[in-house]
Amino acid sequence: MARQPLRLHSGRVAPLRRNHVDTDQIIPKQFLKRIEKSGFGPFLFSDWKREPEFVLNQPKYQGASVLAAGVNFGCGSSREHAAWALQDAGFTVVIAPSFADIFRGNAIGNGMLPVALPDAAVEQIQSRAETTPGYCVEVDLERCEVRDSFGLKESFTIDAASRQRLLEGTDEIDLILKNERDIAAFEQRRVDLIA
Amino acid sequence: MGSSTLLDKVWNAHVVRELEDGRSLIYIDRHLVHEVTSPQAFEGLRIAGRKVRRPDLTFATVDHNVPTSARHLPIADPLARQQVETLRDNAVRFGVPLFDFDSGRQGIVHVIGPELGLTLPGTTIVCGDSHTSTHGAFGALAFGIGTSEVEQVLATQCLALAKPRAMRVVFTGSLASGVTAKDVALAMMHRLGVSGGTGHALELAGPLIDSLSMEQRMTVCNMSIEAGARSSFVAPDQTTFAFLEGRAHAPKGADWTEAVARWGQLKSDAGATFDAEITIEVSALAPLVTWGTRPDMVEPVTGRVPDPKAAASEGDAKAMERALAYMGLTPGTALDTVPVDRVFIGSCTNARLEDLRAAARVAKGHRVSTRVRALVVPGSQQVKADAEREGLDRIFAEAGFEWREPGCSMCLGMNDDTLGEGERCASTSNRNFEGRQGRGGRTHLVSPSMAAAAAIEGRFTDVRQWEYR
Repeated sequence: MARQPLRLHSGRVAPLRRNHVDTDQIIPKQFLKRIEKSGFGPFLFSDWKREPEFVLNQPKYQGASVLAAGVNFGCGSSREHAAWALQDAGFTVVIAPSFADIFRGNAIGNGMLPVALPDAAVEQIQSRAETTPGYCVEVDLERCEVRDSFGLKESFTIDAASRQRLLEGTDEIDLILKNERDIAAFEQRRVDLIA
Repeated sequence: MGSSTLLDKVWNAHVVRELEDGRSLIYIDRHLVHEVTSPQAFEGLRIAGRKVRRPDLTFATVDHNVPTSARHLPIADPLARQQVETLRDNAVRFGVPLFDFDSGRQGIVHVIGPELGLTLPGTTIVCGDSHTSTHGAFGALAFGIGTSEVEQVLATQCLALAKPRAMRVVFTGSLASGVTAKDVALAMMHRLGVSGGTGHALELAGPLIDSLSMEQRMTVCNMSIEAGARSSFVAPDQTTFAFLEGRAHAPKGADWTEAVARWGQLKSDAGATFDAEITIEVSALAPLVTWGTRPDMVEPVTGRVPDPKAAASEGDAKAMERALAYMGLTPGTALDTVPVDRVFIGSCTNARLEDLRAAARVAKGHRVSTRVRALVVPGSQQVKADAEREGLDRIFAEAGFEWREPGCSMCLGMNDDTLGEGERCASTSNRNFEGRQGRGGRTHLVSPSMAAAAAIEGRFTDVRQWEYR
């Protein structure tokens, strides 16, 4: 199924000052028993939300659509439910110094943008989110830039394929099936190895 | 002289074509499916009116949320039951073979794949589970995928992928008695950290790896994802071939001879270059225990809980403080004085026959501490049957361990096998994240023999000093 293209996203920032946020925290295992893709938002960071001071419990970050987190965001389990939960809770962009590979792929596959920025830029965005009510950033995937009203203009790199998938909202299965003849030929050629 | 890595060789053999966007279309030889990460993928096929392209290359089992006791009764948890029933329905509807409770072959996906000979050298293997890296022990390119990718593989038997970089991890030296493959995996965590392998496929090599059994190699490959590496490899050798010969799905007769000749070529060329290379010397390694909430927060059992004041950075210090507060530990505490409430011997890391033998050897003739509740959960129905044939179940039962039915169990606590708030567990699993085994539960990762010894002593203890009976 084709997705909504993602070209430019403006949104409020929630700062999550933790490194190595694993997918067990993003969506704890007790919520993985649903057989749908929707409805995971209320369970996002469910265990951490039990701490009253947890960032997403604070009224000033309600409605945030950009999460600014620490290094290696999304490590651990391959559960795509982590991406579904973030998206269902309203997040479209995660900014962090680095991401775990499986989470990164899951996010892109769901039309969410993982933006890798240098530590100092992430720290600046987190600080501004903490001190400036309603602080927003603008994430421009066409120019590969993150901007804010303080004059921040930080460029980021993203591999060409991921960028194209997000910009066009292409469906991965449709893309793969354009190569049906090659796949069938491969199966003929490699029949001894496959089975 | 060639210059290809093992990764190059397996990758190149599976490129259907290069795509315009810079990725490669990679053919998948084996797709393992379980109940938790597949329902939405099958639903996607149904909505689009698609079939499973190669049900003959797709294999399903139930493992993540199944109960490990009272299997003759319907699953009590209605949501877990619905997920299992959904997989059963999908298996019938899409023609996918399912290793269910009554098959005699049910078990953790990463235990049954190798056991059935589905996991073969030089193949590509995926599963909607991050510990798919386990199968790399056979020289397969094996990695975990998300549910959207599960749907893609079901529909097309392919994935569009960017090739990972290659990192060689060379292990030198030999292991002291009582030090195991699990300790090697944890030592690798200590060295690489939880993101040192991101973007890489690891090739595990060196004299130590050559000397390990297949089960031990699987334990090390299993945990490469904890270092961020989605896949890891060991070049196949005589140990690999001896393990596979005669397995249900392994080639037979002339096909076997031909396959072994082909598999013998699956190693990095002498002239191969790697994007990164590290060496880990293991001769001085002691049994390890994790103390924090990441698998790289690990120390020797003879060591102490570290002090955040000694951390390399302010960020590290904060992470350590938070981990210690969660774990209920004080800096400077000797790890071999830390008491445990629960012991879990199981998971795709350590629930194979050799693991259970190692634990039983420690348990034999001893009694589980009165303060401890200890579970042994075999990795598969086959492992359970083999262990019972050897009498391991009786050794465990006589020592006071509970002997359960196979599944993922307390590794992630999706079923009833969970820790309570504040309970401390010596666990042979792979993740000590906050809440992993139950909200507020405190997980310490150890080897099977260390877990068994902790069950008996009621605290962590150096199994190198164990009094075997």
